[in-house]
Amino acid sequence: GPSRGRMYRKEKSIQLKSSSSALYNNLSVLRLPDKQLAYFSTVHGTAVNMVSATADGLSFSHRQLQVKEGGPALSASIVTQAAWCVLPSRVLLVLTSQKGIQMYESDGSIMVYWHALDVMEQPPAHAVFARGIAAASGRFICVGMSSGLVLVFDVPPKGTNVTVSEVLEEHRDAITDIAAELGRAPDGAGDLVTADDSGSLCIWSSGEEFTLLNKIPALGCTCSSVKLWNGIVAAGYGNGQIRLYEAATGILRAEVNAHARWIYALDLAPLTGKLLSGAEDSFVHIWKLSKNRDTDDVEIEHCHAECVTDTQICGARFCDPQGNSFAVTGYDLGEIFRYGQA
Amino acid sequence: MSARTLPLLFLNLGGEMLYILDQRLRAQSIPGEKARKDEWTDVDRKRVMNDIITTMFNKKFMEELFKPQELYSKKALRTVYDRLAHASIMRLNQASMDKLYDLMTMAFKYQVLLCPRPKDLLLVTFNHLDAIKDFIRDAPSILNQVDETFRQLIEMYGSLSDGEFQLIRQTLLIFFQDMHIRVSIFLKDKVQNSNGRFVLPISGPVPWGTEIPGLIRMFNHNGDEVKRTEFTTDGNYVIPQREGSFDLYGDRVLKLGTNMYSVSRPVETHMAGSSKSLASHAKENIAPNPLAKEEMNFLARLIGGLEIKKPGGSETGFRLNLFTTDEEEEHAALTRPEELSYKVINIEATQDPGRQEQLARILGELEVPEQRPAGTAKGEDLLALMDGL
Repeated sequence: GPSRGRMYRKEKSIQLKSSSSALYNNLSVLRLPDKQLAYFSTVHGTAVNMVSATADGLSFSHRQLQVKEGGPALSASIVTQAAWCVLPSRVLLVLTSQKGIQMYESDGSIMVYWHALDVMEQPPAHAVFARGIAAASGRFICVGMSSGLVLVFDVPPKGTNVTVSEVLEEHRDAITDIAAELGRAPDGAGDLVTADDSGSLCIWSSGEEFTLLNKIPALGCTCSSVKLWNGIVAAGYGNGQIRLYEAATGILRAEVNAHARWIYALDLAPLTGKLLSGAEDSFVHIWKLSKNRDTDDVEIEHCHAECVTDTQICGARFCDPQGNSFAVTGYDLGEIFRYGQA
Repeated sequence: MSARTLPLLFLNLGGEMLYILDQRLRAQSIPGEKARKDEWTDVDRKRVMNDIITTMFNKKFMEELFKPQELYSKKALRTVYDRLAHASIMRLNQASMDKLYDLMTMAFKYQVLLCPRPKDLLLVTFNHLDAIKDFIRDAPSILNQVDETFRQLIEMYGSLSDGEFQLIRQTLLIFFQDMHIRVSIFLKDKVQNSNGRFVLPISGPVPWGTEIPGLIRMFNHNGDEVKRTEFTTDGNYVIPQREGSFDLYGDRVLKLGTNMYSVSRPVETHMAGSSKSLASHAKENIAPNPLAKEEMNFLARLIGGLEIKKPGGSETGFRLNLFTTDEEEEHAALTRPEELSYKVINIEATQDPGRQEQLARILGELEVPEQRPAGTAKGEDLLALMDGL
């Protein structure tokens, strides 16, 4: 095992009603610390599994959300992603699928908004779906499309009057992931990053009008997951690499040969700069991002490795903002594995 | 999701089907001069293989297959293979057909899962096609059809990006989700665990284009490398020697998709069923209305293109048993777990009378004739020689 002493130990798993599908970023976690609850969600085919767990890990309740407008072709209403978007006045659960974009109240009880995709009669040669979800500026929810477009939704503090505020047209390949700044952005670093199938990254400044600040060109490899923290972009790629870029300049600051297979998920703990990566190679790694105070160089070190035997990881998330605990799921796995500080 | 998934799904499953049928027919065949009228011979085997391959690579059928379309249910796809398996003098009972389909799907699921890069799916497909070409090397007329399909594959998939291949792979993985049928040859080779899940090695060659994990490099704002560190894990990886060929001919390098069966290796499937705590994915397909209108249309298009000639009047079909004995086959049929049932197609499900008639005609040809009374299964007396598949 790793040369350091064990930092994390395995805790009680959460059982799911159905197994997780092999989709990027297929685990979302919402903490409700005042209620001593945490919500977990994973996607299975045309449905989303939701589990709420009490802090003591003893009590669970389950809910399943279906994309209602399914056709007879099973694969025509696949859900591609589910993620909670935390805004100052409300939290919404956003689902993206081949049919469109759905927004629910955070407990999945009521649908707040439904945006249908333009689906033609005959399936086109290119797949049509939405994928990539992030909240920005405390007001917007950004969702990516297979066409490369990014829809910016303006979300009111309450009610159902969600409107499309803007469409960002910069990517030419299917959007894979979108991330908003989790810490404090230095000047000119923007607060949103969008990633696509070709590996292109775009850095934006969000607001009434979004501005493109930087475009990091593709290097021939899909970027499946991306995070933004204190002006550093952390990107996970299909060739198993993690790369760190400076958002303000687009300069590559670190390159990690992190995994032996396609990376499916990244997450970041904003209070410590811990980075979590999960891939098809069965490994979950914890890294630590930092900035050298003298040189201002970005540094990354390896902290911990966890091998989830015979599992292709498809979702991985920290369960607290310090990164003292994390959750992981994999393809065909009917549970969420949890790990806590040893 | 991806509308380009079906050709790869169909051709790879078809390839696995041919491997299994070839192995089973070889295991049961008797040298021509010594064979009785009801026994399989090498000539029969080659004829069955040629008939099925000719039917599979029929131009009209391939045209339908390559059209952009979503995947339909396992049940709908199974119907196409039912049809294909009966394209010759061979007959399979429901239980043997079920077993054949189980073996086919678990084999391809394994290959999709273990593909090092998503685009290696194409190499897996080429491995199957290379083997198919070898099956019909004595029949050059069919060879042309297969080469034509090869070219179509290269044209359609040759320039797809890694991201698009991953989408195809993800679509296939959704199709195969929750299938954990245990296959004896996989269990023996330790590529599958006793709970039906595949073993994912953390050693061996990394995919072409991936570096061995371990190195961390850090750069300053000028792009100069200023720091380099290493980390270790339990993984034990090596660099691959070369990349497989995506040309019409060439060394594919990858072993996934090559024929893992040989005459001396017995292969069983065990009906593991799904774990009790999990709602089986297969249950979704058992709807009160078995096939919806769109699925029927899909089948009509695809099966309509198969153009299967019925065997001549004097020729009777010969039954192939995928189990060791008739009793075992009967027992398997009776004890198949509910959630693994593929269910018979119900053509009354469609409302349109014209369509109903057309489908009745097409699906009617799927009717497997009942066993003839006098010793129908070829090789029934050769229990001693037969290995269970």
